[in-house]
Amino acid sequence: MKTPVSSMVLVLVASIFGSFGAVFLKMGAEKLKTGLLNIISWQAGLGVGLFLLSSVFFVMGIKNGELSVLYPMVSLGYVWTLLWSRLFFKEPVTKEKFIALGMILTGIVFIAALG
Amino acid sequence: MNATTTVSEHKPFTKKQSFALVFVCTLLGAAAQILMKMGSAKMEHFDVMQVLTNLPLFVGYALYGINTVLLMFALRDGELSKLYPIIALTYVWVTVLSMYFFDEKLTFWKGAGIAIIVAGVSVLGKATNPPSPTAGILE
Repeated sequence: MKTPVSSMVLVLVASIFGSFGAVFLKMGAEKLKTGLLNIISWQAGLGVGLFLLSSVFFVMGIKNGELSVLYPMVSLGYVWTLLWSRLFFKEPVTKEKFIALGMILTGIVFIAALG
Repeated sequence: MNATTTVSEHKPFTKKQSFALVFVCTLLGAAAQILMKMGSAKMEHFDVMQVLTNLPLFVGYALYGINTVLLMFALRDGELSKLYPIIALTYVWVTVLSMYFFDEKLTFWKGAGIAIIVAGVSVLGKATNPPSPTAGILE
């Protein structure tokens, strides 16, 4: 295998941090509704910080191995985001979303394990 | 003038403009990935000075930032279900560019995997309603 498992793990960790970044940015964006100055909130700040942290893991992750294997793993972010949306914003997981998750995971397994 | 009207005061993009903007974003996003990979190959470890002194890494980061902001604007007005499949094109561009710049090979499973992910993201776009301001950021 040309792409080390350690690189895959780093990208996986990056996708988890990134998805939490999205959760806090979403919380920050909700505050925007009550005034534009609210763009400066601890939620938005934490969201941006988590995105930056995510990018550090991502850059370390793609240093070794194939980008055409590692980059598609970023789509794991969709899976986490759906999970957090359910947990934190009580958004329903519909059948369609469930199928979409299955497809994304199947694609990642094809690329990471067989690609 | 209250803040609520200020937020919604902007002139919305037309459908065509949203499509074009998201398409440009996929190209910018893919270019950012290639530059970050080039930059990361040149570094021993990660630190802030690396980002500032390593040109491909710096430009990659800048493009990534610009891309994220543009995408938020495009997704704010556009219909998410129609824009998600375009966003997923980034996976195709990155794969093609990796073949060109890094001599990576396109295998059957890579091709099949990318196709299923793009289809999956498209299904997710259809299922996601209403659009949230941060949707799509993680592409």
